[in-house]
Amino acid sequence: MLIAYSFLAPNFLGFLLITFVPVIFSFVIAFLNWNGGAVNKITFAGWDNFAAIFKNFSFTKSDLGITLRNTTVYTLFTVPLTIVMALFLAMVLNRAARGAKFFRAVFFFPYVASIVAICMCWSYMMMKTGPINQLLALVGIHVGKSWTQTKDLAMWAIVFVGVWRNAGYYMVMYLAGLQSVPGELYEAATVDGANGWQKFWKITLPMLTPTTFFVSIMMVITCFKIYDVVAIMTDGGPGRATKMLVTYIYDLSFFQIKYGLGSAVAMVLLIIVLLVTMVQFRAEKKWVNYM
Amino acid sequence: MTTRAVSKSKPKSFWLFAGRTALTAALCIMAAITLIPFVWMISSSLKLDQEVFRFPMRWTPGVWHWENYLLIWKKVPLLTYFQNTATVAVAVTFMQILTSSFAAYAFAKLQFKGRDPLFLCYITTIAVPWQVYMLPQFIMMRSIGLYDTIWALVVLQSFSAFGVFLMRQFYLGIPNELCEAARIDGLSEYGIWARIVLPLATPAVATLIIFTFVNTWNDFLGPMIYLTKDTNKTIQTGLRRFIQAYSSDYHLIMAASLCSLAPVTMVFLFLQRYFIEGIATTGLKG
Repeated sequence: MLIAYSFLAPNFLGFLLITFVPVIFSFVIAFLNWNGGAVNKITFAGWDNFAAIFKNFSFTKSDLGITLRNTTVYTLFTVPLTIVMALFLAMVLNRAARGAKFFRAVFFFPYVASIVAICMCWSYMMMKTGPINQLLALVGIHVGKSWTQTKDLAMWAIVFVGVWRNAGYYMVMYLAGLQSVPGELYEAATVDGANGWQKFWKITLPMLTPTTFFVSIMMVITCFKIYDVVAIMTDGGPGRATKMLVTYIYDLSFFQIKYGLGSAVAMVLLIIVLLVTMVQFRAEKKWVNYM
Repeated sequence: MTTRAVSKSKPKSFWLFAGRTALTAALCIMAAITLIPFVWMISSSLKLDQEVFRFPMRWTPGVWHWENYLLIWKKVPLLTYFQNTATVAVAVTFMQILTSSFAAYAFAKLQFKGRDPLFLCYITTIAVPWQVYMLPQFIMMRSIGLYDTIWALVVLQSFSAFGVFLMRQFYLGIPNELCEAARIDGLSEYGIWARIVLPLATPAVATLIIFTFVNTWNDFLGPMIYLTKDTNKTIQTGLRRFIQAYSSDYHLIMAASLCSLAPVTMVFLFLQRYFIEGIATTGLKG
């Protein structure tokens, strides 16, 4: 017994103080009036912080509404696009073709590459006279604006970088998923005269459902936590066009020093993430029983 | 994946060939899109600032300005940023391996009261995004004097629940008979951990090392919150400061960016295999 606790102690004490206590603490702060002042100035706020962030709620005007909408739009576009890319790459690279290893490394590399470096590079490339607009002009699309500084384009720039950066990571997960599809299924289909397209729709895709589901859940959660790409490329702008939920939490907590409001928005994020996690938990149970 | 050993008539194999070629072409185009920013980064880092956005653009610099790579170190304390980041990355990685492999041993190989509820507690907090509790954590860290020091980041990331989870899953696959045999031979639990379980868990340790290192190296929000003084910054926030201070020196920014990429690229190239195996087996992000 004692030995077990001695193994556990170093990590557990750290975990308790650095993670567990703050998690509990964050619930408490959401119900306090606390704007960074001394501890004896803190008062109990009840639901006031939540009332304040939901006041005049609208997806086009209020801060919470706009950041929720932006984060949702980002997620709704990034997740499917990344999945299609990742699945395509995995399908092609799964055959032990020449250079598969090289390509796999190429596509995975953006995921590890230094975040500020790649975001700056993409925003430069998307500048008014940058290479992207010059290349687009060659095929007759004249943008003539800097992507990250244009209201209608900034979100697409963020989505693009999100897909570009994550496709390789999820490709690896699909490659692992493809390994678990029994080869006999394809052999049987070939005997029955199915073509490649039919095999993809009738065998590969259904067999990959658990992977796809897991990948989507993970990506939705990751997308809802987006901060760094936005902070570096657009700083939430122009205006509030790319301001995300975490950007809002950061603003309230560390710029405006409104701890109560910041924590209330953090609770909104927590609820969204927990709901998504619960969906995964339920469905996973179903699949495990089924298989 | 499959054996496609079925005799094919001539026209069918033509379409197969065409399909394969189209796929290969698509693959090459996607690889090009993936790599273009890096090529552009290298080329811009060797140009002059007014040359970077010249119309029409050129993929190679007219004159190769290697001196850009010497200039950047004098503009901002870039070397200090590197040292800070390296310190944090190495310290965090070391602490994580140590504490999580230790705790995972208790969870996987020992019996004690409250083991399963405690593990459930660990798992649950993995699901809580760090962004939710970063503020209370910051308030607590500041109250114990860990503000504007890189050690705040070390303390912050040294005790991850994810590391424990990863190591435990791997330990579970190590047969208990091995530990039993060692116990009968009189080895202490610490001895079993150090001489049997940990050596067998090398792949898990490698995976954890790589993910911790890359995550720490690329961490942006943590240093944003905790570090303000210029000489305390890490490479990511330091680079951002460089960008804010010399916003039109595109060539220098790209040179500094490329330098910030070098260490992670090296780690990636040498330990790629463990990355890919790690994702495939755990399917989780740090």
